[in-house]
Amino acid sequence: MSVLDSKVPGGPIKDKWTDYKNNIKLVNPANKRQIDVIVVGTGLAGGSAAATLAEQGYNVKAFCYQDSPRRAHSIAAQGGINAAKNYQGDGDSTHRLFYDTVKGGDYRSRESNVYRLAEVSANIIDQCVAQGVPFARDYGGLLDNRSFGGVQVSRTFYAKGQTGQQLLLGCYSAMSRQIGKGKIKMYNRHEMMDIVKVDGKARGIIARDLVTGEIERHSAHAVVIASGGYGNVFFLSTNAMGSNVSAGWKVHKKGAFFANPCFTQIHPTCIPQHGDQQSKLTLMSESLRNDGRIWVPAKKEDAEAVRAGKLKPTDIKEEDRDYYLERRYPSFGNLVPRDVASRAAKERCDAGYGVGTNETGEAVYLDFSAAIMRYGGEEANVKGLHDISQDEIRKLGESVVESKYGNLFQMYEKITADNPYKTPMKIYPAVHYTMGGVWVDYNLMTTIEGCYAIGEANFSDHGANRLGASALMQGLADGYFVLPYTIGDYLSGDIRTGAIPTDSAEFDEAEKEVKDRIEFFVSNKGTKSVDHFHRRLGKVMWNKVGMARNEKGLNEAIAEIKQIREEFWKDVTVPGSADGMNQELEKAGRVADFLELGELFARDALERNESCGGHFREEYQTEEGEAVRDDANFTYAAAWEYKGEPSDAVVHKEELNYENIELKTRSYK
Amino acid sequence: MSTAQGLNLTLKVWRQKNNKDKGQMETYQVTDISPDSSFLEMMDILNEQLVGEGKEPVAFDHDCREGICGTCSMFINGEAHGPGREITTCQLHMREFKNGETIYIEPWRAKAFPVVKDLVVDRGAFDRIMAAGGFISVNTSGNTQDANALPIPKYDADRAMDAATCIGCGACVASCKNSSAMLFVSAKVSQFALLPQGKVEAAERVQKMVKVMDEEGFGNCSNTGACEVECPKGISLENIARMNREFIKAGAASEHSS
Repeated sequence: MSVLDSKVPGGPIKDKWTDYKNNIKLVNPANKRQIDVIVVGTGLAGGSAAATLAEQGYNVKAFCYQDSPRRAHSIAAQGGINAAKNYQGDGDSTHRLFYDTVKGGDYRSRESNVYRLAEVSANIIDQCVAQGVPFARDYGGLLDNRSFGGVQVSRTFYAKGQTGQQLLLGCYSAMSRQIGKGKIKMYNRHEMMDIVKVDGKARGIIARDLVTGEIERHSAHAVVIASGGYGNVFFLSTNAMGSNVSAGWKVHKKGAFFANPCFTQIHPTCIPQHGDQQSKLTLMSESLRNDGRIWVPAKKEDAEAVRAGKLKPTDIKEEDRDYYLERRYPSFGNLVPRDVASRAAKERCDAGYGVGTNETGEAVYLDFSAAIMRYGGEEANVKGLHDISQDEIRKLGESVVESKYGNLFQMYEKITADNPYKTPMKIYPAVHYTMGGVWVDYNLMTTIEGCYAIGEANFSDHGANRLGASALMQGLADGYFVLPYTIGDYLSGDIRTGAIPTDSAEFDEAEKEVKDRIEFFVSNKGTKSVDHFHRRLGKVMWNKVGMARNEKGLNEAIAEIKQIREEFWKDVTVPGSADGMNQELEKAGRVADFLELGELFARDALERNESCGGHFREEYQTEEGEAVRDDANFTYAAAWEYKGEPSDAVVHKEELNYENIELKTRSYK
Repeated sequence: MSTAQGLNLTLKVWRQKNNKDKGQMETYQVTDISPDSSFLEMMDILNEQLVGEGKEPVAFDHDCREGICGTCSMFINGEAHGPGREITTCQLHMREFKNGETIYIEPWRAKAFPVVKDLVVDRGAFDRIMAAGGFISVNTSGNTQDANALPIPKYDADRAMDAATCIGCGACVASCKNSSAMLFVSAKVSQFALLPQGKVEAAERVQKMVKVMDEEGFGNCSNTGACEVECPKGISLENIARMNREFIKAGAASEHSS
């Protein structure tokens, strides 16, 4: 037995969660009023947790770095949220969602957590509708669904291409209600700088007021980390500019294990990078793959002519196009999971078939012309228009496509100045989501007692690859329906503790460390900006720890990241002072943590000698370029313990047992 | 596209140390800006330049850079989110500007949105209006009725969605000569008033939200319509009309019951 105890309850998987909930300890309403909980981050996970804990009666203090909790990056999720409602009567069920998620994750997630996620998914939709989330509906007034990658049912609920926004505003309104009552004390524009442990338990945080620069002490009986993912370690990603790993990394340094850092999702459909001045990449929702067909020219000379600006995609004949996903994966076609679609795009571009007119030449087409004509034909039939021209059919089809994806098409046109109704979109994979994160047990508690991690910040549910529309599901499942129960079991031991004082030696020490680091940044008069180091780190990560990895490259990456980190601490410059708003200072602290995480990330990738999900090691692939897992040696979650330098970190293995789903080679062919 | 020539621009940027400082415009030059860069990437380049000169970079709000979080603001050449319709500043691209142009960049100007620093303002008033009534009073239970138990006409659901797309950026307030927040508040009031779940407490909601709106120092609506024109999400003025109706209805109902 390793030091990791996942605390998965016994019994058949179908009954685990219900039986467990029926038997865990509760805190009575009067006692809840004596207990304080800190929630760091106000996205779907943190926002839903804060609102629900406050409804239950706990005193919640919520923190976000944004100027309002409504702006957390969950807001940018586009396509939808999965739930096993089976409203379409297409054979969906809790078991099928469970199975799809485990398979989609390439058999590297914890069965019991995934089952629970699938089990509570239906409740999420009910809850959100009750809150006034305006999901898309059909003409009968009932909820509509669409399909996402890696599944053969339609279980994705959506609100145009703005599902994340609508769900987050639902959470935010639930939070607002509790803020109005005084049950949530909201700290906007505050950043958690460190966690404070007293007698081994999480008892508070040190936070910085990003407006005044003041360093504050906040105590609580439990601390919940809901700070999202760490995709920005790549510098360029679809994450928000402020998204960072710091809250997760701080608890890691104080004793929380960090699991599977190398499991990162590279999303296949993003707008390609335009050049070196770029600071951020933009996603085009996976929902577009419902109707868009992905292709590159079948002839290399056509691809070259496109790149040189001499040939337009619309001039390439049907027979000269290679719909490579449909060719390689006939049963799932354009709706293969993200990791598979991304690698296939890279394979075509590496082979010389890319169509990017940008500096890299890397892009593939996402083409709606077939869908436009198909919808146009249907619409013409519905309207009884039998003698109309192809142009008129196209027009009808365009308006159907607009009603489904209008805001995404508009977004694409604003960024690229190309009209995707008339010419195919150009897309290329980009860093989007991190499956790895802080290790948690079945209760979502980290290896620090009383410190929890939820949503993207933890590692538990998506294995080595997340399916589309499952991030929103997990964030809300954790925050609305899991944590509020499991945390009670722990807090029931604190009903006599009373308020945690902040004048203890532990708070003194944590505060001093924070202040020393800030003082270093503002007084180190180096010669290079924070972004200089962040860009360099990002390049190493993308080139050597990105979509394809190998032993040589990973060893180089580890050495290079260490080198960049050493230079950073010698030569970084942060203008201005610490006693007011200083955005460079905020970035400096976050990049310092990315520089440590990056190295551990590469090490984790180096030690996992297999390919699985988003982790693709070139040494482990079939002749057709499919991932080759090594179940005999790697069916585990790698949970890293902090020991100082990233090179000193010690790995602990949580063996993953598959009792309900058979371990198989994942195939979408 | 990317072969186009880089732009050289003069920037007049509002600099203000904190909310006690008086503040003033400063002039900067940036060169060789790619027309494919976003406006905020141009600001990044300016800041990188300032850091290189050992000066403090310009503070500005931004986060998702996809036009959905509502964080970015900026009054550019006298328009909220700059030229162009239905976009946020992060979606504004430099191809909209000409080589050699002078660009004026200021924060949102409204009494209810005090400047925090440079181009950053405090929009906390919006959060306080929301806390007064911008919600449906339902607890998380896992026992709410099935989501399809209550069909909602597609027409109503779609209009609720249109209102709900508000990103809370504050462009409406910044564009209004009266600094009115009516478009923001009415979007939320409308979303819930159009849905059966929200109708139950509609009267109370509109009264509470309007009360806090007035207390926060936002001005009145005089139907100029600048808010609708500058709104990055195309929120319609119809929402204001609906809120006025809801407000009058609520007043009549409360007189009746008291």
